Order: sequence, then C-alpha cells, then structure tokens
Amino acid sequence: MNYLQEILVISTALFFIGIYGLLTRRNIIAILMSVELMLNSVNINFVAFNKYLYPNSLDGIFFAIFIITIAAAEVALAIAIVINLYRNHDSVDIDSTTLLKY
Amino acid sequence: MDTSKIIFYLLGGFILGMALLAVTEKKIFRSAIWLLFALIGIAGLYFWMALEFIAAVQIIVYVGGIVVLIIFSVFLTHQAEDDMPKTGLSRKIAAGLAVISGAAFTIQLFLNNDFNLSAIPFDSDVARIGTAMLETGTGGYLLPFEAVSMLLLAAMVGCIVIAIRPEKSEKNDSENPPSFSNPPTRNPEPVEGILN
Repeated sequence: MNYLQEILVISTALFFIGIYGLLTRRNIIAILMSVELMLNSVNINFVAFNKYLYPNSLDGIFFAIFIITIAAAEVALAIAIVINLYRNHDSVDIDSTTLLKY
Repeated sequence: MDTSKIIFYLLGGFILGMALLAVTEKKIFRSAIWLLFALIGIAGLYFWMALEFIAAVQIIVYVGGIVVLIIFSVFLTHQAEDDMPKTGLSRKIAAGLAVISGAAFTIQLFLNNDFNLSAIPFDSDVARIGTAMLETGTGGYLLPFEAVSMLLLAAMVGCIVIAIRPEKSEKNDSENPPSFSNPPTRNPEPVEGILN
C-alpha cells in the first residue's frame, strides 16, 4: 500500500463511522455531528488526490476550502432551525417532529 | 518503519477512535467534545501532508467555529448531563452490518485499483493558492469565491430570520397575525407509539 491508499482507508472508515451515527442517532444535533464527520472524510479525499495524483493543479484544495465554507453556512442554518424547533416542540428528538405529517 | 509512518498511524488511530466515540457516546456534550478532538486530528493529518493552509482553515473554521456553534446549541436545547434517547439494538446491528459491508466494499475497490502516483512533489506554497483564488483565467477560482461569499451572506441573513423570536404585543394578542415560528394549530403532545 502506498500513502494514498492508506489515507483513503482512513477517510473511508471515517465516512462510514459518520453513516453509522446518521443511522443510529435520534437527536438532531447528534445527526448534524455525524454529517460533519462525513464532510471531513470527503475533504481528506480531495486533498489527498490533489497532493499525490495531480500535484500541478490546485482543484482538490479549492474543493476542500469551498466544502469547509459551505459546511459552516450549513451548520449555522441547521442550528437556527434546531433552536426554532426546540421553541415549538420542547424537544430535538427526530421522532417527535411530526408537524408536517398531519 | 520510519518516523513519518509511525506518526501517520498514530494520527489515523486517533482520528478513528475519536470519531467512533463521537457517534457512540450517550451524553451529547461529551459527544461534541469527541468530535472536537476528531477534527483536531484531521487538522493534524493535513499538517502531516504538509498542507499548512488547509490545516489552518480546518482549525479556524471547524474547531473554532462549527464545534463552538454545536456546543452553543447543545446548551440552548439540552440538559447537558441527560442521556440521549436510546436506539434499539436491532437498529444498531442493522446499521453496523450495513456500514461494515459498505466500508469493506469501498476499501477493496481502491486497494485493487492501481493508482499511478505522480513523481513531482507537491508545492504547497500559500501564495500559489492565493493567486489561483483571485485569478479570472483558466485555473482561477474568482467566480466560486464570489458566489460563496454571497452564499455566506444569504445564510447569515437566513439564520437571523429563522431564529429571531417574534415580538409579542401584550395588549391585543389575538390580533397578531400567525407568525411562522408560532403556529397556532400546533400539536403540543408529540404522538408516541406510532414510530416506536
């Protein structure tokens, strides 16, 4: 195994740990944290592919930077929604947020 | 086995261990702290790859911004010492099986792939990144840079609009138009027993 494959093993494991959290958590903020782990594993992939396969270009680096920026915006919006939800429901459990269902 | 490889394995083990703790911990505040350490470990991995700019961005934005936001929202919505709602064992086993088979499939895909690594060393000069970010020609990223700045502005305004508490007038509460964040016909009791 070369360095790239070892980094890919780590990022794949991180991505699937995030998916495990996404599937098993029932708290919205905990689900958000799992999504952050998945975004980070994708960032590691972009940066590693750029560094080891195409060292002359910078596209992977820029994708990672823009993903980090958009993740910040996403988390801020998601937390605004979570706080509003908590005001209406007194809970951030996903099983109790059934307002759109009836 | 040289020092660089040992540091790499230590970093990888640290990241994966902290991430596992973050998704399995029962108390949400501790889970956020494990997530913080996992993100710091990822920044360390960027440092190990000699990409200091990305590592700095990771620490500033993720560790200094996103995790702090998550901890704020935990304090606004939880008793931090309470346990989170539990998941059933069958759901955990099903998720674990799906995750392990998916990870095994993906890992064998790229272990069998023959990457032809480039022999040129990567030049991680920050000036190169800065020039490309404000470049308009080929390889330039000025347009996405501006687009993402507009996106951040829109997200900021949207956050304020969503999270602001509507002002209630004390005299004639009935004449208030129904606002978005206080729906008049909400169901105060969440229906239990349908999804469990």
